Amino acid sequence: MPKLGEVCRYIRSKQAGPFWITFDIFFDGRENFDRYHESPELSVEAFARLYGADPAYVKRIPVPQLNMIKISYPRPTPQGGLVERDMHAGQQYVRLLNVPIS
Amino acid sequence: MKQDLEDGIKVIVPCGSLGAGVREEEIARGLELGAQAIATDAGSTDSGAAYLAQGKSKNNRGAVKRDLKIMMKAQATSGVPIIVGTSGQAGGDLNLAWTRDIVLEVARELAVSPRIAMIHCEQDKATIKRLNAEGRITPLAPSQDLDDATVDACEHIVAVLGVEPFVAALEDGADIILAGRATDTAVIASFPIWKGAPWGPSWHAGKIAECGAQCAENTTGGAGVLLSIDAEGFEVEPLAPGNRCTPNSVSGHMLYENSDPFRLTEPGGVLDVTTAEYVSLNDQTVRVIGSRWEPQPYTMKLEGAAAGPYQTIMLVGIQDPDVLADIDGFHDRLLAALYERTRQSIPEEELGEFHISLRMYGWNAVTGVKPLAGTATPPEVGVLFVATAANQELANTIAHACNPYFFHYPSIMGKELPSYGFAFSPADIPRGRIYEFKLNHVVRLDDPFELVTTEWLDLSQENGSKEKEYA
Repeated sequence: MPKLGEVCRYIRSKQAGPFWITFDIFFDGRENFDRYHESPELSVEAFARLYGADPAYVKRIPVPQLNMIKISYPRPTPQGGLVERDMHAGQQYVRLLNVPIS
Repeated sequence: MKQDLEDGIKVIVPCGSLGAGVREEEIARGLELGAQAIATDAGSTDSGAAYLAQGKSKNNRGAVKRDLKIMMKAQATSGVPIIVGTSGQAGGDLNLAWTRDIVLEVARELAVSPRIAMIHCEQDKATIKRLNAEGRITPLAPSQDLDDATVDACEHIVAVLGVEPFVAALEDGADIILAGRATDTAVIASFPIWKGAPWGPSWHAGKIAECGAQCAENTTGGAGVLLSIDAEGFEVEPLAPGNRCTPNSVSGHMLYENSDPFRLTEPGGVLDVTTAEYVSLNDQTVRVIGSRWEPQPYTMKLEGAAAGPYQTIMLVGIQDPDVLADIDGFHDRLLAALYERTRQSIPEEELGEFHISLRMYGWNAVTGVKPLAGTATPPEVGVLFVATAANQELANTIAHACNPYFFHYPSIMGKELPSYGFAFSPADIPRGRIYEFKLNHVVRLDDPFELVTTEWLDLSQENGSKEKEYA
């Protein structure tokens, strides 16, 4: 199975307001988008497990025009709190790169 | 006005945020192309709650002044209004006053006398509590119902402005609008809406241009863009020669810092771009049609920033092979030892609630998640110590108590004590307070002006000594 990072041209994460983090997963072309964007490894449940999020709040929106999928979830702790490690959440995407995808 | 709409209502968005570097030649080009307004935000919540809580700008005063000077020069010669939202990074009254003082200084230096409208949207706690008691404040996911204690915890609270107060200030002849916290989109959409453009394309244009040239192919090849909004849609082009907007670069910006790329909630409605179409008009320009505005009951989002406990930090660099062979184990043992040391050194009644964390830079500092077994050993790690306590002195005391352990704690007991690499002396750095956004709520309003006050500074009258205020 390829890794997600190998079938994407670009993956990024960023804060979406102080209470949410959003991930933009751009597949490398339409073929990879069609083949992989509904993979179980990119389901709401799988994503919630990977990031310790509540699946009830995970938003998952495919954008076929851009061959990408957007996944967002509420931060476990608000931006800038006691245990903040990544103020703008810009590094949180990295653990997606090595997710095997079917 | 009809003529305007046929030609397109043209707005310069000169930069991503005031102070980021407006370019004089780009403004000149935008004006040549028929721009009728210059609009930009001057901040956001992105950099954290400290700026609202402290009433300070993130941006350097000189950088903001430089940008304002370029814009105000253009304003004075062309007569087009300047619209600034989220003044001073957070848009509270202190942030707004800071920006006003810079504008007044620039006006003196340029010997110009604009009519300035200051749109205030900071709220006092009593107002918020009353609105909450009236059942007009509701939480946004994932937050809970608001309580008075949360309101009391905030240093400053703002209600995020929509277009209406901007439109009113333009109608009343403002040359410069300095607004408190506003949605980035509203700052830009207000001008075409005032000129009679349809709301869907106006709001959509505002969203696309809110970061200036970030919606272009080369996001660093220039600072600003020119928008042209007409009866059917809008066009966007970069102001720097050689840069291009493409359907991908433009539609891609709808994704930016958003949890939903198709529907954007704004004061008084939802921008829906599900059916929007993006086409290239030429090498630089993209045309967008099909943007829709769905009016909704009027709401303003509330933002509140609280100041929390204090932190003191220390940093060591470690290349010790025993540590690198078992970084997670070392982290856990050292952390336990630091808690024990703190409790032994400082009386419990003095210590109160406190917290210590260690961030292993070079290993897992940005996630805190333990790396998979078999992850390659880094050549070194930087260990950041963070003590959090009720006041700065106590956080410092904890750091002092922990200092020898943090400096010498061995990964394998019984070996000679190592000394890790401090970068500074004194080793401990008092870092100040934690700032957090506390409110994630909206307030329902029948009147978009209920929580807004516009203050006028008319420098054309009595050299600025005349100030009048009305709501």
